[in-house]
Amino acid sequence: MLAEALFFSAVLFAIGVFGVLIRRNAIIVFMCVELMLNAVNLTFVAFAQAYGTAGQVFVFFVMTVAAAEAAVGLAIIIALFRHRPTVDLKNINLLKG
Amino acid sequence: MHSLLFAAAALQSAHPLDGTAAKWLWLVPLLPLLGFAINGLLSIAAAYRPGPTDPSGGAAHGSDESHAGQGEGHDDAGKHAHHEIPRHRYAGLTSVVGPGVLVLAFILSAMIFVAMRNAGGGAIEHPFIQRYFSWMPVGDLQIDAAFQLDQLSMLMVLVVTGVGALIHVFSVGYMRDDPGYPRYFSYLNLFVFFMLLLVLGANYPIMFIGWEGVGLCSYLLIGFWFSEKANADAGKKAFIVNRIGDFGFLIAMFLLFANIGALDFQGVAAGTKALAAGGPVVTAICLFLFLGCAGKSAQIPLYIWLPDAMAGPTPVSALIHAATMVTAGVYLIARSSMLFSLAPVAELVVVLIGALTAIFAASIGLKQWDIKKVLAYSTVSQLGYMFVGVGSGAYVAGMFHLATHAFFKALLFLGSGSVIYAMHAAYHHTHNQDDAQDMRNMGGLRRHLPITFVLMWIATLAIAGIPPLAGFFSKDEILGALFARAQGSTIAQAHLFGIPGTVWLYFAWTLALGAALMTAVYMTRMMLYTFHGPNRTGDAERPYLKESPWVMTGPLVVLAALTVAGGWLNLPEFAPLGPVGGLDRWLEPVVGEATKRVIGGAAPVAAGLELGLVAVAVLIAAAGIAIAVTRLDPKSLVPKSRSPQEEGFEKVLVNKYYVDEIYDDAIVKPVVATSRDLLWRGIDAGLIDGLGVNGAGKLTRFVGWVGSQFQSGQLGTYAWVLAIGVLAVLGAVTMR
Repeated sequence: MLAEALFFSAVLFAIGVFGVLIRRNAIIVFMCVELMLNAVNLTFVAFAQAYGTAGQVFVFFVMTVAAAEAAVGLAIIIALFRHRPTVDLKNINLLKG
Repeated sequence: MHSLLFAAAALQSAHPLDGTAAKWLWLVPLLPLLGFAINGLLSIAAAYRPGPTDPSGGAAHGSDESHAGQGEGHDDAGKHAHHEIPRHRYAGLTSVVGPGVLVLAFILSAMIFVAMRNAGGGAIEHPFIQRYFSWMPVGDLQIDAAFQLDQLSMLMVLVVTGVGALIHVFSVGYMRDDPGYPRYFSYLNLFVFFMLLLVLGANYPIMFIGWEGVGLCSYLLIGFWFSEKANADAGKKAFIVNRIGDFGFLIAMFLLFANIGALDFQGVAAGTKALAAGGPVVTAICLFLFLGCAGKSAQIPLYIWLPDAMAGPTPVSALIHAATMVTAGVYLIARSSMLFSLAPVAELVVVLIGALTAIFAASIGLKQWDIKKVLAYSTVSQLGYMFVGVGSGAYVAGMFHLATHAFFKALLFLGSGSVIYAMHAAYHHTHNQDDAQDMRNMGGLRRHLPITFVLMWIATLAIAGIPPLAGFFSKDEILGALFARAQGSTIAQAHLFGIPGTVWLYFAWTLALGAALMTAVYMTRMMLYTFHGPNRTGDAERPYLKESPWVMTGPLVVLAALTVAGGWLNLPEFAPLGPVGGLDRWLEPVVGEATKRVIGGAAPVAAGLELGLVAVAVLIAAAGIAIAVTRLDPKSLVPKSRSPQEEGFEKVLVNKYYVDEIYDDAIVKPVVATSRDLLWRGIDAGLIDGLGVNGAGKLTRFVGWVGSQFQSGQLGTYAWVLAIGVLAVLGAVTMR
């Protein structure tokens, strides 16, 4: 049971990483980040099932942080979209040195 | 400090000079230093007030420059002030202080000399050493600020302060109207201070300070009228050429410390016992010391600065470039006699260089037209004689010639100063731009300058070697010693380039005799052209040719008396006109041991042969004078402006064998080219500035640019880098 859960979460995480790396739309990238977080959550839960409840406590922490991150991240994306009418990351290089 | 006091007490407690006038020894150099301070302050003070302006008065009466554009450096144009130009504001005070301190210093040294005679004179075996403070206590190197009074330094102090005082008095007249009057005397005082430091120092470093100091004053005084470029260039030339010699002096000191471990004269003399006689170490030390002497005392190959040094005021030429500073090299060798007597090969080099310089410079002197240039080459030549003396281990003879030469050469230079003063005054009245130092413009001056005429003839006969004048005795002693050393002495047994010393010494003796002949010729020629025959100065100028004032002729008379009587210092046995061998006995404690070591197995010249040699020398001198009188006709001369160009070998002589040109092409131009093209443009501008300074900046910018290319602002790129990084870390951790 644990092995299957870990395999599944690894697949989810890999999909998330892959999405972050290759997608250009900021919202999709954002969603992929969420996907990675939830893959980790799944790992925590799987381990909690096998070794005790401490993992589930971490899941709550992650969900809280993810919620806050979603709020801030979406706000940033909206602000960006207002500033310039695109959410394509290729066109947004404000971090350039 | 404690150990010093102890050492001083231990050494001085038993010295016969304790409690005598010798305790005022420190005051002798301090007096000229005081004069320097006072005159220097007066010079500075005057600069802040309106009045005749120093420097050099070029702007004040530039139209008067009689030598503008000569480019040769014979611009002894001290007195180009009209009578309406007022003297320097502080001229009165300077006239008292400048010569005054020298007179006081001479009186003091005379008192010390009397104390020394009363205490046993030549019998005082150990030098009287005054230690003041520890100067350089560095590990094994202990150098004290200390003065050493012995018979050798006493002789030098008397010559320096005595002749110096006379030349200072002469300068009062000669420099009378110069706008830089106090500046001149402050430099001259400073020179005497450094010269006394040189001869009184108890160790080589103190001597070296004096050595450098006199070089500095020489530079300042050669370029005294620095508003003319030729004069400033001559000063630079003297300074730079002397640096080459000073390098030798420094290396010799390093070698001394490395091999003997001491730099004070006492310690070095004691340390020579540890050195192998004739070994490479002591030979190297002596040759490097001699390089220093060749620079300071104008010997081949470094003599070239001295003729140019005539750009300075004539009393400076008399004091610094004839009587005292240039003889410092002779003093250095006599002072280092314990070293030189151990190095026969080095002695041989000294003798040969001295003899070659003597004949080489004398031959140039044959065809010079500038009266001061004749005397300059004569000085170089006579310095060569002195080196022949000290080189052949006849230290007393060398020092004897140093003293007598100081008398008669100072007299000749001051006499020429008197002539130039008169010539210049005459040209000044008529606003003539002609050369006041060229003998072709003189002639017949005996009617106008009778005192100078008589006194200069005395000095001419002395330098030619006519008995019983001073120069005869000293020159003859050198020639006699050289001849005697050629058989059996340690020098004669040495080999140079595979040729035995005996051959070299006879060769040097021949050269010295040849130089004696030429000396008689060129000196007589100078006198004939200057004082005899018809006057060529010009009809308008002739009424203004006048004898110099007493303040200038007075010192000449005293010097003439010394020139006549100077031989009395060290009379040879065949001429017992007074105490025989006075200087020999006086200097015996200082150089006696070294002299004996050089003589080795050489037998003294038999009395009959000695008289024969003397007769030869006198005949040569007389022949030289006769040749000049019969072959040269002052009547055939025409003024400089109408003189024809010389032809053939005469042209070579007039141009001083083109040595300056050869040095210019062989050394100066390559050095300048190397400095400019390789060192400046190549290394400094190219390597250091280009590659080093600018290169470092460019490298930083490039690295920054490369780094900035990673920061594209593309989130995707960042994410890739992050992901690869994580994978790499994970890989590294798991694969371990």
